[in-house]
Amino acid sequence: MARPASPAAVEDPAGLGRARAAAIAAPALLVVLAFLVFPALWTLYLGTTNYRLTGFAARHPRSVGIDNYKNVVQDPAFHHSLWLTFEYVLGSAVIGQALLGFTIAWLLRDASGRLKRLVEALVLLAWILPSSVVAFLWSGLLDRDSGTVNTLLHTQGTAWIVEHPMAVIIVFNIWRGTAFSMLLYSAALTGVPPSQLATARMFGANQWQQLRDVVFPHIRGHVLTNLLLISLWTFNDFTPYQITGGADARSQILPVYIYQTALFDGQMGLGAAIALLMLVINLVVALVYLRLLRERRLERAA
Amino acid sequence: MGARSVRPKRSGHPRPRHPRPRPLRTFIAVAAAAATLAAGCSSSKSSPSGADVNSANQPKNPTLVITANDISGGKNGAEADWIQKSLIPDFIKAEAAKGITATVTFRANGVDDNAYKSKLALDLQSGTGDDVFALDGIWVGEFADAGYLKPLADVAGTQVDDWDGWKQITNAVQALGEYQGKRYGVPNGTDGRVIFFNKKLFAQAGLPTDWQPKSWQDIYDAADKLKALSGVTPIQWDGGVPMGEATTIQGFLPLLAGAGGSLYADGKWQKPGKSFTDALGFYQKVYGGGYGDAVLQQDAKGRDKSFSEFAAGKIGMYAESDYMWRAVVNPQGGTAPMADRDAGVGYALIPAQTPGSGIRKQDFVSYSGGSDWSVNPKTKYPQAAWDFLAFMNSNAETVSRIGGAAKITARTDVNTQVLAADPMLKFVNDKVLPITSFRPSLAAYNDVSALVQKAVADVVGGKSPDEAAATYEKGLEALVGAASIAGGS
Repeated sequence: MARPASPAAVEDPAGLGRARAAAIAAPALLVVLAFLVFPALWTLYLGTTNYRLTGFAARHPRSVGIDNYKNVVQDPAFHHSLWLTFEYVLGSAVIGQALLGFTIAWLLRDASGRLKRLVEALVLLAWILPSSVVAFLWSGLLDRDSGTVNTLLHTQGTAWIVEHPMAVIIVFNIWRGTAFSMLLYSAALTGVPPSQLATARMFGANQWQQLRDVVFPHIRGHVLTNLLLISLWTFNDFTPYQITGGADARSQILPVYIYQTALFDGQMGLGAAIALLMLVINLVVALVYLRLLRERRLERAA
Repeated sequence: MGARSVRPKRSGHPRPRHPRPRPLRTFIAVAAAAATLAAGCSSSKSSPSGADVNSANQPKNPTLVITANDISGGKNGAEADWIQKSLIPDFIKAEAAKGITATVTFRANGVDDNAYKSKLALDLQSGTGDDVFALDGIWVGEFADAGYLKPLADVAGTQVDDWDGWKQITNAVQALGEYQGKRYGVPNGTDGRVIFFNKKLFAQAGLPTDWQPKSWQDIYDAADKLKALSGVTPIQWDGGVPMGEATTIQGFLPLLAGAGGSLYADGKWQKPGKSFTDALGFYQKVYGGGYGDAVLQQDAKGRDKSFSEFAAGKIGMYAESDYMWRAVVNPQGGTAPMADRDAGVGYALIPAQTPGSGIRKQDFVSYSGGSDWSVNPKTKYPQAAWDFLAFMNSNAETVSRIGGAAKITARTDVNTQVLAADPMLKFVNDKVLPITSFRPSLAAYNDVSALVQKAVADVVGGKSPDEAAATYEKGLEALVGAASIAGGS
């Protein structure tokens, strides 16, 4: 804490009193309850039934206890999907987007206005286009018979999406999401004092040493925030479905796997169970990152 | 209609009575807001029950929304155009003559059948859903069990069974809209599977243009010759999970029937036996032997692409239903039109593995299906909805429907009038329907079909038929229970 505060002021900084504070917060809390807590609990409940989209179990769902959860945890298809999701997050977000985004931001930090704006505009374009549109464009790019990629590389007849489904969606997501990391790191790099970089250079530090010893300590918080956001987004990303069509088990990341299970196969109960497990994984990932961030803040405060 | 495979009126499974799961007590504690939300979701609209529905006391200004997987300029485009430009205006006129001002709109869809099914089920489940809709005959059981469909007589009263149109529909076709002996929908028509072939390519390969294979070996032999032509895939025999039901009915089931087997017989699901692995062996031969394009089977848009390839003269033989003829390569309004369809596309009966080895000792086999039109049990205007259904399936409207593109309709009176004009459809009506089989109208069918698709895809992907059959057997047992499975064919 920068300045000491009395305990009373910490507990009630606005001086509203408990009742009035609760009244002000109530509408927001109700919305949170209705649209976040209730669906989450409903998912938990659905996950304990054999509820289906059609058929007898749609009208008369029956409680199956924790069978769905047990089956999911033991199901090799779920393990496979979880592993693919891990590959997808690690490959496209943590390594791909974050690294590429930082590289572009670093290279462009001193670039002239026009070049910088042009590159940023191009990268941003990939980010702001509607996903259905870009998925359609990518299907065209990678098409087996008349795709642009095959024409450019002279690889006619290569069905990229069928033959290399994971590679395709990883490259796609790097292309799609790099803008966010680039913007965040561009902003973060402006906070690195140029005097410190100049000093480091004066002492003969090479690029890597400058990055490691000067830049990184300044932007560590940004890196963690960036990784937290992009890995959660990527973990929940459904866009690959629009490219692969979802039927291919070799590229069924969790959101697609849940969609196939719950809506395509109609097993809503089982799908809900997987969705809840996914929620738990999300929470764990978020907690780990927040923990790291808090440690960082405590370090700074000390 | 001729011979049909076993099509039980009653499901073989005992239906255990389970109490509805009680909403957990915690929910009540969650929030008043959540509770109101839940109440809003589960309260059902009250609509008149079938007994009260009759044309005398119906509302004078009914509003109907009609939906089907038809879209102008795309999937089933001819039917979409007919519904919008002809059927609906005609119906509104006919209602006006009775002093009723009907407002009818059409909601178009142009997606894969499975996506349409999910959408329909979700709409009906949430208590909305359009008033009159088309659905595949094999979904009737699942939808009825879920309560999304009710027997037509429960929705619209006794007038349903009194409708004079039923007399024109054969029992086999009526069964496409029935489940456990009750009528849930009015069938739209039926179809039959054949092998289409490109006569030009056949001539180039030195094969007869009036080709009719007598065994699977004849198909392999023709494929061998076609393989010599450059840029030509000899066979398209649907074999991928993305192709969904097409893989089961177009691809696998005619092969299974050709090897003398069926998925379901005498009230039991069949354990995969020799006929099952033989049918998978056909796929192994075709896709392992370089006669077919294995990669295309896995493509999310594989079916549409294979249609375009056939139309472009890049595929020699294609196992499909008459849908191919009237809706795909049709020079008028097909999705992949062939200007020289009538002269350039041949069709042959699907042979049994060897002569006489087919189901019921047949030399040739086929499978048929068809869709229905049905009424949403929650419609506010059951009388108008039924009137619409009866009107659209009247002789005059059925004739008008197929005005642009002939089709085997549900009505025999219409078929005799119009099919003579189209030799292919006459061929299906006269030669294929007498030897065809139908899929079991059981709620579990679609899940079993998904297992079949998986088994086929496994073989196309390189696994052995025995391995794929073992996986199928395991899946089947988990799905329907060992008690519902009979021991092998």
